[in-house]
Amino acid sequence: MSNNKTQNKIAQPVMPKKVYDFCGKRRMIVITTAVVIVAAILGLLIRGVNVAIEFKGGTVITYDYSGEMDTSKAESVVKEITGTSVSVRTGENIESNGTQITVSFTSEDGLTADRQTEVTDALQEAFPDSSIVLSESNDVSPTTGKEFFLKCIVAVIFAAVLIIIYIALRFRKIGGWAAGLCSVLALIHDLVVAFASSVIFGFEFNSNMVAVILTILGYSINNTIVIYDRIRENRQLMPKASMNEVINLGCSQSLRRSVRTSITTIGAMLIVTVVVLISGYDSLLSFSVPLLFGLLSGLYSSLFVAPVTWSWWIEKRAAKAEKSKDKK
Amino acid sequence: MKRIGKSTFFIVFALIILFSVSSVFGLDYQYGDNISTWIKGVDDIRLGIDIQGGVDVTFKPSDDYDATDDQLDAATEVIKTRLTSLGINDNEVYSDTKSDRIIVRFPWQAGETDFDPEEAVKELGETAELTFRIGTDTETDPDDEDSVIPSGEIVLNGEDITSATAGSQLNDSGEYEYVVQLTLNDSGTEKFAEATTELAGTDTAISIWMDNTLISAPTVNSAITDGEAIISGSFETYDDAKSLADKISSGALPFKMETSSFKTISPTMGEGSLNAIVLAGIIAFICIAIYMIVLYRLPGAVAVIALIGQIAGSLAVVSGWFGFQNGSTLTIPGIAGIILSVGMGVDANIITGERLKEELRAGKSLDSAVKTAYKKAFSAIFDGNITNVIVAIVLMGAFGVPTSFFSKILNNTIFFAFGATTEGVVYSFGYTLLAGVIFNFIMGVFAARLMVTSLSKFKCFRNRKLYGGDVK
Repeated sequence: MSNNKTQNKIAQPVMPKKVYDFCGKRRMIVITTAVVIVAAILGLLIRGVNVAIEFKGGTVITYDYSGEMDTSKAESVVKEITGTSVSVRTGENIESNGTQITVSFTSEDGLTADRQTEVTDALQEAFPDSSIVLSESNDVSPTTGKEFFLKCIVAVIFAAVLIIIYIALRFRKIGGWAAGLCSVLALIHDLVVAFASSVIFGFEFNSNMVAVILTILGYSINNTIVIYDRIRENRQLMPKASMNEVINLGCSQSLRRSVRTSITTIGAMLIVTVVVLISGYDSLLSFSVPLLFGLLSGLYSSLFVAPVTWSWWIEKRAAKAEKSKDKK
Repeated sequence: MKRIGKSTFFIVFALIILFSVSSVFGLDYQYGDNISTWIKGVDDIRLGIDIQGGVDVTFKPSDDYDATDDQLDAATEVIKTRLTSLGINDNEVYSDTKSDRIIVRFPWQAGETDFDPEEAVKELGETAELTFRIGTDTETDPDDEDSVIPSGEIVLNGEDITSATAGSQLNDSGEYEYVVQLTLNDSGTEKFAEATTELAGTDTAISIWMDNTLISAPTVNSAITDGEAIISGSFETYDDAKSLADKISSGALPFKMETSSFKTISPTMGEGSLNAIVLAGIIAFICIAIYMIVLYRLPGAVAVIALIGQIAGSLAVVSGWFGFQNGSTLTIPGIAGIILSVGMGVDANIITGERLKEELRAGKSLDSAVKTAYKKAFSAIFDGNITNVIVAIVLMGAFGVPTSFFSKILNNTIFFAFGATTEGVVYSFGYTLLAGVIFNFIMGVFAARLMVTSLSKFKCFRNRKLYGGDVK
């Protein structure tokens, strides 16, 4: 690995059939990005974030049952034990085609196994003919949930900082810090899109979402770096060209690769989504759908958001340097 | 790089196929009823409880009790023993000294149908302190008005007992009854002899307690000096007696524990979603394979071989194919990690394929185009993959087992404010991602390059069109 591609001294960059003016579309890009972010924020405000209990703490217990179920009666039975507000909804067990009820509530200090047994017993007593059997339960104390959530955030921020440092070092010859920060900007763009799509589709914020965020973290940065790499190479091959020319060329050269890679990843997620929809395992939709949108956004942001903000940054800095020179 | 000849392709290809087949099917050797696994295959992969179903529970000391590190270690050992005596041999138990938590995870045991997770978890968290006391007096717990605790003078406790076994004996009315037989150690024998001598013939009973539950309260007929004691009278079945004997044998917890999180997942739910993912994965792979071959022809076909090797590599790392590491539990985010790394592998091959086309179109000879394309593509692939290594290591450190290497470094620095939450789900993602990236370098970069370079030496593969070049 070396940045000094001495063997290319006389080489010319391979010109693509057409060089598109990415940097010239600055206004369009700013508007598109702003629209995406505003839409995301509006979506968040309207739909509200539905945080899963693994982060906010609380209890969800699912039982299999047969026959009829009076949910309001079940609610009051459970409420008597927990003393907090309880929600009960019925559903279907896709595995056995049976019926299920899901009891959820939050309690101050989490539910102990003892109390869970109590809830189960009380329900079985209240509905003796329904043959209630525990199917799934998830119980997290609020402090544990909050801590897990905070730790996830710190981990993501820490990873982002390390990535900025890494990019700054690897691309130091062409303004590494700006490049690193802009790549993280593109990353944030993708995360906002994925998160907003999850909210708009009504998925709850659960550990699938964490997996989505992590996947996008890796994927989005990789996408941007591939383009940066091309820009870095062009810079060496064309020492006299302006930065905008170099960036435009790099983006144009990478365009096919970006589109083709995106087709495979987005296609793969589409297949996952379709298979999940057909088989009925909805729990995976909250993974595949936000990731799908994140990948789409990654195609756009790696070609437009990161390089163009970067070129804008370099231009501003150059203008500033000129100004201070003039003053002298 | 040494000279790559025609035979290189066949060697690399054979190695990848051999590796893939062995990592999928494994190698078992059956002798009579004993199956010894030489190489671990897909069947040996431990599935996480989000796939297989099971129990995930976190204990913490109740009433904000501040446990010392030694106590926590002792408690962890006790829980491990209890799991074994409950027949749960496939389990993971971690302790975190920083937040005083003990994390227990176990999948459903094979063939288990009437397993009660609530009961099992309750048993795990019980203090299970056995006491022999003089008289049956009780008093109200000063800390909790609703509960009653025994107040008689303690004669023996769990530490005085060498072993406890379940058995049966004839009772006074001539029927068999279930009992727990205790063998006391020297100090226990001495104390028990002393107390029974004192109480022999009186109306004062010796009461036997498990925590705050009275098990039995026999009166003493004669002094017992041989160090044997029997608990009888309250066992309806053999299992009841065995359960108590097991609790006594595994020892008492140094403090009472309660669950701070408790999760059970039914076994069927997870398996169905695994099947859905596997099906989707196979369909997606076939589509990607066709797409790659159509777009890039010969390098595309090589890329497909390399991708098979890469996926086999991820599976091998998870199953423990390599003798030097133990494998890991595969969870749904772990599968997401594999998907991401396969995506990176596809990307690496697309970057190279595009480069190769470019170089050919620029008029380079086939040999030099292949050489330059791999060289130039490498720097982009390298940087992209290294950033994923960074992500993987941060995640493994933040959410790994407290004793693991990355976890030791990160949890004492960046994450000092947090307990070592061994959130296996996120860890699993980092693990498969790291493994996938390493195999991306081995397969997608190194092996693919060897294969394409070697194939390009064959006369029948000299046609530039096979590499996406223009017709000349």
